[in-house]
Amino acid sequence: MIRKKKCVAMLLAGGQGSRLYALTSALAKPAVSFGGKYRIIDFPLSNCVNSGIDTVGVLTQYQPLKLNDYIGNGQPWDLDRTFGGVHILSPYQAKTSSDWYKGTANAIYQNLNFIKQFDPDYVLILSGDHIYKMNYSIMLNYHILKNADCTIAAINVPKSEASRFGILNTKEDGVIYEFEEKPKNPKSTLASMGIYIFSAKKLYKYLEEDNADLNSSNDFGKDILPKMLNNGERMLAYEFEGYWKDVGTIDSLYEANMDLLGDKPNFDINDSSWKIQSRSPLAPPHYIGENAKTVNSIIMSGCEIFGSVENSVLASGVIVKKGATVKNSIIMAETVIGENSVVDYSIIDENTVIGKDCRIGESKENAKGITVLGRDLCVQDNSKIDGGQIVDKI
Amino acid sequence: MRAVGIIFSNIHDNSVSELSRIRTLGSIPFGGRYRLIDFPLSNMVNSGIDTVGIITKSNYQSLMDHVGSGKDWDLARKDGGLVLLPPYGDANSSTLYNSRLEALKGITSFLFRADEDFVVMTDCDTICRINYNDVIEQHILNRADITLVYTKLENMEKSTHFVLDGSGRITGVYYKNEVVPEKSNVFANVFVMKLSFLQNIVMDSITHNKVHFTKDVIAPNLESMKIMGYEHKGFYAGITSLQAYYNSNMLMLNEDIRHEIFGDRSVFTKIKDSAPTKYGNSAVVKNSLIADGCEILGEVENSILFRNVKVGRGAVIKNSIVMQNTILGENCMLNCIIADKNVSVAGRKILSGSENHPFYIGKGIMI
Repeated sequence: MIRKKKCVAMLLAGGQGSRLYALTSALAKPAVSFGGKYRIIDFPLSNCVNSGIDTVGVLTQYQPLKLNDYIGNGQPWDLDRTFGGVHILSPYQAKTSSDWYKGTANAIYQNLNFIKQFDPDYVLILSGDHIYKMNYSIMLNYHILKNADCTIAAINVPKSEASRFGILNTKEDGVIYEFEEKPKNPKSTLASMGIYIFSAKKLYKYLEEDNADLNSSNDFGKDILPKMLNNGERMLAYEFEGYWKDVGTIDSLYEANMDLLGDKPNFDINDSSWKIQSRSPLAPPHYIGENAKTVNSIIMSGCEIFGSVENSVLASGVIVKKGATVKNSIIMAETVIGENSVVDYSIIDENTVIGKDCRIGESKENAKGITVLGRDLCVQDNSKIDGGQIVDKI
Repeated sequence: MRAVGIIFSNIHDNSVSELSRIRTLGSIPFGGRYRLIDFPLSNMVNSGIDTVGIITKSNYQSLMDHVGSGKDWDLARKDGGLVLLPPYGDANSSTLYNSRLEALKGITSFLFRADEDFVVMTDCDTICRINYNDVIEQHILNRADITLVYTKLENMEKSTHFVLDGSGRITGVYYKNEVVPEKSNVFANVFVMKLSFLQNIVMDSITHNKVHFTKDVIAPNLESMKIMGYEHKGFYAGITSLQAYYNSNMLMLNEDIRHEIFGDRSVFTKIKDSAPTKYGNSAVVKNSLIADGCEILGEVENSILFRNVKVGRGAVIKNSIVMQNTILGENCMLNCIIADKNVSVAGRKILSGSENHPFYIGKGIMI
């Protein structure tokens, strides 16, 4: 039997996510909770499985404990395989060198042996900070059909926002002729999604050259892709239509959560044709009390709601006590909102206890921004935390 | 003090015949996300029992599907773990077993392969949390031959009752089909004894053609064997009828009971992936248990909703148990209904049972 995989996915999950502040002080960005039940990494992992890719290397570096724990043997995603499956790849000590991952390209370079043991024809590079549903197999077919060396997934963004992204300028047939990193006057609105498919042999060649180049910053966007383009390799943009959100900031993480709400949500997370798999908590169904109110919200198992919940996302095991109000907020797992407390326009991380009669955040109109409370905090009774504050310790 | 567990999944199938027509009693859904077998099975796991045989008889596909390899109970082990024991017909008999003792005769190879000191046997018709280690400890202390767990309850029907002396020794055993209004010692269908003792009973029963555990082994030997009672003092619900099934589900809405049963989150069950439940702008929900994956646009009160139930706009669901994947159309009204899996009720339909006689809708029925 030939032991070989057509395509291996490499998921870059080492980023610190410093723009998520208190939410990533103890864990890597891909492990941040999303949508009441999920973690950000569930989206690329589920996309892989749903696209028929069963071999995924997850590159971790920053605070990997929670992420490693969460992924475990990959069983929740059906990625516990005898050949293939999910593998956590941390930086390691080699005979002649031992390095942290210096850049995205260096992280892949250091794990070329992992990729090569599956002898793939193609390598898919993903990042762990996006919320989207995408069939990578269609992109792979496009890559093969177009005879490309590298295909970059791209999405049309509004012209006003284009200067925040890496922009791909393409000819009519999709061939890329220029990259512009955060251009002041973008020529097109096609933004790179940070998803690349490489023909394996080309990737090996460029990674090895890049590693030999001492002046390189070992980054895909800054080094590998421009160099391939300069050398005249065939690079294509694959246009993706659908919901895609980079959740690298507090605001975008908040918006993406809110996009799940509504009778016709912007992003349907309960889509039976494209299931997002995750490690499910073991908790009884949630209980809604006699005088509770639950409107336009997402509530996960294990919650006990005695107060009012409106336009909010509640993860597993959250308790909203009598008289408490949670509005326009994201409450992560096992957090307790005390009696008669009001939480508005806030994100509260896991395992935090809010006492009685507290006031956390202000209404969207009055607040300077989203209020963020970190994990494992204990907020005293009668406390007030102003809108827009980010609280990491008390 | 290692013990092997044996669970009888079919013994009381007839008591809730509506729900067990298509499944074993053990795989009857309960409490929004569980199956009845989860309770004894979790009790065993939480008592450190890591070899559990599940005896089945008929209709056990759904049970096999539920327990799978035992992974969700941490019972997928190289050594021991979960063992399904389907009926074993030998060359001489063409009929299936009809009693506990006959079922045990069919699993002698399992019984004699086990090398644990004790055996804990339970049925699937009870909702309670028992630490079997405490029972075993008392069993040893009492130097008992057999210890049977009982609980003090009133108004129990279709149950075995015990008479105990001052030392806790069982001196009388009787079965009552009808309701016993006064408080009595009701058998919780849990047996504890030395494994070697059970092996001897089974071999003796094969030789002397004994059929019933309580009638042929317990009742005639109250003098010659030391048969002791162990009182379970916590919450206990027996699923003895459809009405009892309905009532015990509704008891999970009580905060104290719910916390006693589920508070430490150690009732294990098959993990299934559903998105979190979504409440629409028009949702009004009161005093209800709601599992994941539901979509609620209407009103729900005093009810239990299993996974992936859809409640349409304007629908009013009261005092009902609605199982997995059921769709309740716009403006329909349900009161005191037990809707089995995959039921769909069209818009504007009005269905009602009564609190002392809930109305059952079979699996997959479209109304």
